[in-house]
Amino acid sequence: MKNVKKWFAIIVFLLPGLLLFIGILIAPIAVSAYRSLFDWDGFTEGTFIWFKNYKELFTSKSIMFGNALKNSLILAFFSVFVQLPIALGLALLLGRKIKGEKFFLSIFFMPVLISTVVIGQLWLKIYNPDYGLINQLLDLLHLENLKHVWVAEVEPIGIFKNVPFLKNIPIALGSIIVPTIWQYVGYHMLLMYAGVKGVSTDLREAAMLDGATAGQIDRYIVIPTIKPIIRVSVIFAVTGSLKTYDLVRILTNGGPFQKTQVPSTLLEDMLFLRNRYGMGSTISVMLILLCFAFALVITAVFRERDK
Amino acid sequence: MKKTDTKAVIKQESVTEKAPKPVAQVFIWIFLIFWTLLNLFPIYFMFTFSLKSNAEIFGENIIGLPKEWLWSNYSTAMNTGKMWLYFLNSILVTVAAIAISIMAGMMATYAITRIKWKMSKLTNAFFMLGLTIPIQASIVPVYVILSKASKVPGLNMIFGLNRYTTLIIPYAAFSLSMAILICTGFMTEIPFDLDEAATIDGCGFFRTFFKIILPLMKPAVSTVGIYSFLQCWNEFMFANVFISDSVHRTLPVGIKELSGQHTTNWGPIGAALVIATFPTLIAYLFLSKKIQASFIAGAVKG
Repeated sequence: MKNVKKWFAIIVFLLPGLLLFIGILIAPIAVSAYRSLFDWDGFTEGTFIWFKNYKELFTSKSIMFGNALKNSLILAFFSVFVQLPIALGLALLLGRKIKGEKFFLSIFFMPVLISTVVIGQLWLKIYNPDYGLINQLLDLLHLENLKHVWVAEVEPIGIFKNVPFLKNIPIALGSIIVPTIWQYVGYHMLLMYAGVKGVSTDLREAAMLDGATAGQIDRYIVIPTIKPIIRVSVIFAVTGSLKTYDLVRILTNGGPFQKTQVPSTLLEDMLFLRNRYGMGSTISVMLILLCFAFALVITAVFRERDK
Repeated sequence: MKKTDTKAVIKQESVTEKAPKPVAQVFIWIFLIFWTLLNLFPIYFMFTFSLKSNAEIFGENIIGLPKEWLWSNYSTAMNTGKMWLYFLNSILVTVAAIAISIMAGMMATYAITRIKWKMSKLTNAFFMLGLTIPIQASIVPVYVILSKASKVPGLNMIFGLNRYTTLIIPYAAFSLSMAILICTGFMTEIPFDLDEAATIDGCGFFRTFFKIILPLMKPAVSTVGIYSFLQCWNEFMFANVFISDSVHRTLPVGIKELSGQHTTNWGPIGAALVIATFPTLIAYLFLSKKIQASFIAGAVKG
């Protein structure tokens, strides 16, 4: 009797959560995986075509998934190698008992709270070719030759002209990368700052007594201690870049000429522009697999380095 | 200087003043102030151009304070742009989604952490899968189900595309894993003696949950609530794909539509951006510590 009561309670307590979780997350993923093997328009039954969607995804010249994936990986590259170092630098500086530490922390975190759609609209006004902030300021400074159409420009970014790998990044993609970095530096800084503050003051003082400079303390004590947090930040930055959608939709809509297309916008186009629900499901499945794969690889890399 | 002297000097410093040396401090400050301006300037620009006329924004007065404060931009955004409706929609959708996910999350956490059974750890791990699943993963099937439900008479009154539930239920589902993660942290800290005492007094699982555990979970509710609030308030992809009529639009989609219609008139767009942003920023002024703490709680274990 007691057991019946217990199991009844367990089931009742779990039921709402399980219904939501299975109904909206788990079952749809299973359906996505199944439907990714179909040529399907979303309304008819569709035809089962095995892995042809996956093959087409990576080979088709009209879908250009490779291009979309490359764009999101470029975003991931800049997030990891530009955004995270800035965030780490700020977190370490604020961890040094700077006057106004809490004030700076609060300001730097502020952009995280603003909706990406608002950020996107705001930057559209900054980038506007005729009346935008950047071009108007360039006019005032008589630097007309630096003016660009920004979000609609296929031209590669000037400063990377001689850098291998980066020399073909169009300005349009660059104008998505800048606000993304700008918005989320504060987020990663906050996580790292929480880690920096967790380093025991005894350890710091002992190092100081041994004559270590602030830089050495950061390098040899603080950074190794907050490594798990850095790992989480790297995973968030990479999977966040793979999932990116809002800023692309608002700033460039994937254009010009698909140059800024990312997997999520491609997924939406498959549904609404081409009625290809099977292919849309394939992109969903690829996104889940890529997010999990990158999370595992990043964790493995960090573990390897610890040895 | 002899070694002992350096030690003495450093020791003295570390005891009295742990901050860096004055020169270094100045450089750090210059850098931090530069970064502060970089963070605040776009927000300042947004606020000022929301109160300007096109003539000022387009050349007369690009970055200064408005010469003439055009509050009419706000009434244009509110009335012609229907921002008041989108604002109320956002509040309704967000609050309902958070309420559902917190309630479902706390109940699940109770079953997982405070009732002893074999599969509880596994169930928890199952829910934690949700932390890494991207929102895009379920968009195609959910969209198809919603559009099919829209064609069923009766059911389409409450469920289907272009309803409030269209967003509330997915938002609640996608907030659930984080709610369980955070609630687990809080709930395991409540002493288990309380449950035992309650059982001795004749309370069943349900009375124990509602009368004893729930009242002690207030800090968890605010942590989860703040975190989920920002996720739902700012969510754009589902809102953009699932809602096509203007009656059920939330703020992010409303802003996108407004700026599509008013491409040549920037003031009202700026006003709409401010309307969507300032509630969060004002709340942040008063609750900055709490908000930061909830973001840390949401990431450290994730």
